[in-house]
Amino acid sequence: MAKEFDIKKHSLVPEHTKLTEEEAKKVLSEFNITKDEIPKILLSDAAIEKLSPEYGDIIKIVRKSQTNTNTTYYRVVVNG
Amino acid sequence: MTENITKKIKSIKFSMLSPNSVKRMSVAKIVTPELYDREGYPVDGGLMDIRMGVIDPGLKCKTCNQRLKECPGHFGYMDLARPVLHIKYLDTILRYLRSTCLECGKILVEEEKIKKHLKNVRDAEQERRYKVKKNLINAFANSIKLVKKCPHCKAKQKKITIEKPSTILEDGKRLTPIQIKARLEKIADMDIISLGNNPESAKPEWMVLDILAVPPVTIRPSITLQSGERSEDDLTHKLSDIVRINQRLFENINAGAPEIIIEDLWDLLQYHVTTFFDNAVAQVPVARHRSGQPLKTLHERIKTKEGRFRHNLAGKRVNFSARTVISADPRIRFNEVGVPKVIAMELTIPEKVTEWNIEWLKGLIKQGPKNYPGANYVIRPDSRKKSITDETQEALLEELQPGYVVERHIVDGDISIFNRQPSLHRMSIMCHKIIILPGKSFRLNPAVCTPYGADFDGDEMNLHIPQTEEARSEAEILMSVENHIISPKNGLNIIGSMEDAISGLYLLTKNMKFSKKDATELLFSAGIVNDEMKDFKNEVSGKEIFSIVIPNDFTFIGTSKNGDDVEIKKGQLIEGVIDKALVGEDNGQLIREIYAKYDEQTGIEFLAKIFKLGIETLLKSGFTIGISDSDVPEKVNKKNKDLIEKAKLKADNLITDYEKGKLEILPGNSMEETLELKITEILNKVRNDISEQVNNSVDENNPTIIMANSGAKGNLLNVAMMSSCVGQQAIKGKRVKGNYSGRALSLFKKGDPSPEAHGFIEKGYKQGLNPYEYFFGAMTGRDALMDVALRTPKSGYLYRRLSNALQDIRVEYDSTVRDAEKSIIQFKYGEDGIDIAKSDGGKINVKKIIKQIKKK
Repeated sequence: MAKEFDIKKHSLVPEHTKLTEEEAKKVLSEFNITKDEIPKILLSDAAIEKLSPEYGDIIKIVRKSQTNTNTTYYRVVVNG
Repeated sequence: MTENITKKIKSIKFSMLSPNSVKRMSVAKIVTPELYDREGYPVDGGLMDIRMGVIDPGLKCKTCNQRLKECPGHFGYMDLARPVLHIKYLDTILRYLRSTCLECGKILVEEEKIKKHLKNVRDAEQERRYKVKKNLINAFANSIKLVKKCPHCKAKQKKITIEKPSTILEDGKRLTPIQIKARLEKIADMDIISLGNNPESAKPEWMVLDILAVPPVTIRPSITLQSGERSEDDLTHKLSDIVRINQRLFENINAGAPEIIIEDLWDLLQYHVTTFFDNAVAQVPVARHRSGQPLKTLHERIKTKEGRFRHNLAGKRVNFSARTVISADPRIRFNEVGVPKVIAMELTIPEKVTEWNIEWLKGLIKQGPKNYPGANYVIRPDSRKKSITDETQEALLEELQPGYVVERHIVDGDISIFNRQPSLHRMSIMCHKIIILPGKSFRLNPAVCTPYGADFDGDEMNLHIPQTEEARSEAEILMSVENHIISPKNGLNIIGSMEDAISGLYLLTKNMKFSKKDATELLFSAGIVNDEMKDFKNEVSGKEIFSIVIPNDFTFIGTSKNGDDVEIKKGQLIEGVIDKALVGEDNGQLIREIYAKYDEQTGIEFLAKIFKLGIETLLKSGFTIGISDSDVPEKVNKKNKDLIEKAKLKADNLITDYEKGKLEILPGNSMEETLELKITEILNKVRNDISEQVNNSVDENNPTIIMANSGAKGNLLNVAMMSSCVGQQAIKGKRVKGNYSGRALSLFKKGDPSPEAHGFIEKGYKQGLNPYEYFFGAMTGRDALMDVALRTPKSGYLYRRLSNALQDIRVEYDSTVRDAEKSIIQFKYGEDGIDIAKSDGGKINVKKIIKQIKKK
């Protein structure tokens, strides 16, 4: 049958990585925010499927940018 | 003026009124539809009961013992003889009825599923994902709709339908509001949360009204007409209808009237209560005045642009403002606004009296409100305001001492805020200094038309006078014109030289020569006096004159419009011609360089000087065009005709090919489309060829060419359109189509694909167009006009929605972009953290910065 399609290889899907607890803390203190002030990502999001995410994890996303070569973005995993 | 704040609002909560809270907050029970007794005094228990507040200047409120304007008004209530549905909660009522069991009142799903759903709802709530919560609940309610049997008590469920406007049926049989209320009362608190409400503040049974809150008299004041007759507010009218029907219903129930009569009255009560809340419910007849005009009830008071929010709360009328027609005055500064005297005598500034200015202010009071400059009011230290009149003048002069405040007329140099709607960006409201001018219109320098988007075809603008010292300095520092030369949208200069000024500078710096006397005179007339002028030799070039305005330590290399280098060394223009690319709006490299190197003041002064210099140059040398300026040598004319003939021939050949079916089809197109494309291509090419021919042949000192070359106005194509060939007219990007039996006009053959029949204008404006050519021109003209007329309101609405959605998003000090809740939207503004207004066209030009540092 059809081969399994890895969407992470698609050129339009930016790189997602899960932050460790320490890294997450660092990010939170850097921006002086709590977890509910960061943009959200659904637990069921296909892009983070392989990262075995859990509720409350912070996902780092490195995207290509029109104004900058790369830009980092953070999202917190929520249920759904 | 400021009052001490004794209580601070921490939060606001919106909730429904329970019958109990209605009773608790009420001060009067309304029982009679009568409003006033024979003496015109409000009846107790009537709708104008003075326990609910007073609207008569003489009376005192029975509840709070205060007078008109002091008493805030108090609610009353009314017992309804039979309950009625609240029309605004009809959908919610329906959802509750459909989702719960008709016997036991539980949600029609297994216990486990309810628990799971409840958890999801609470999670969403906690994470403030309200839209997710809403969707969850909607999906949950929809999934229950078709359940036939209650999983808890096994009761068979009936189908709930609605017959608009407010009759709820169960398997075709009508449910009365009493029955509905009984059903809703059975629903447990947990289930209410599952269906999206908070049982503490919104119980479903409260959505069926058996008690009605009567709003205070103060929100529905009556008006006394000149004849002494009273005219009541729409709400009072509606309420008295309700009271009347309610009374009749009570009487009939007590008298044991037949059920049909009671039901009729009940429906009527439902109608009146419905229209009391909303007089525009679908399928409910609109309640009207005797004159036929619809009543404005609660919903209509709040809704739309004329409603409370958008009309009274989001938008207010302001004092110390003026509005009039604008007109141009190139002789005033960019940051000035000309104000007519009549307006200056209305607008005032509160000036605190001190021992240093008391004599001056006394002089103004002596002038009074009718002479300029004068003063309108004197404010005593106890903040009592006295108007200055012939009678009070003497006494006020006598008592005036430090500590008093005089509201004096605005004078030259005062600060004002100037605005033109629509205020689409921050440059739509800027700070200008006032200068008083004769006439009745506001005057502004034409160079600041661009940021406001103004022209002088009847535009009006608003002027505001800041009243406090803080407001004035804030306006001057943050909003002044010199701070807004660079637009934050693209980092380019929104203010620059335009039209005549560009033509003038172009001519001046190209090859003009002056005698020493003329050069000095020119600079003088532009208001420029400078030490450097002493060094003029007997013959002065235009470049030297322009160099006078450039700061002495300024060095610059740039490119002019046609790609030539322009060099300025130590404040001297050495090479190149000044044109649009250097000093124009959005293009002025030179202006931005000066603005970046020196301060705002130097920048705007430079701009103002070259603007004047350009205009004065034109005034001195003279600049005009006539019909002969679009003359073309006979040779070129002939060649152009040949070009057109050739193109037509080519088109003819294509057409014959097409008719014979020999046309080579372009990929992805039909035969017809290929023909269209090819003909269009040929015709567009011919105009460009002609344009080139014309431009090669015309003298470059021709005024039209000067305007086009300098970028002041028009382009080379326009020159060709005037002199030789207007070219192909297009509608929606295509040749003019024949939509009337296959032709554009009845003088053409049906289906004729030739250039003439589809809007090709082969003549120039100078030769004149023949009737059908003229008609094609009119067609495209009308099309463009329509396009603008239809697009403007659409894009305006789009912009309103966009700006409302984005209005409280801002860049914080740590360069993150956050919303009003301080949640992050962007981790770095624009992903690169660059302030566009301070960048080099949206970028940071590292090479340039290195060069500058090296030089130092």
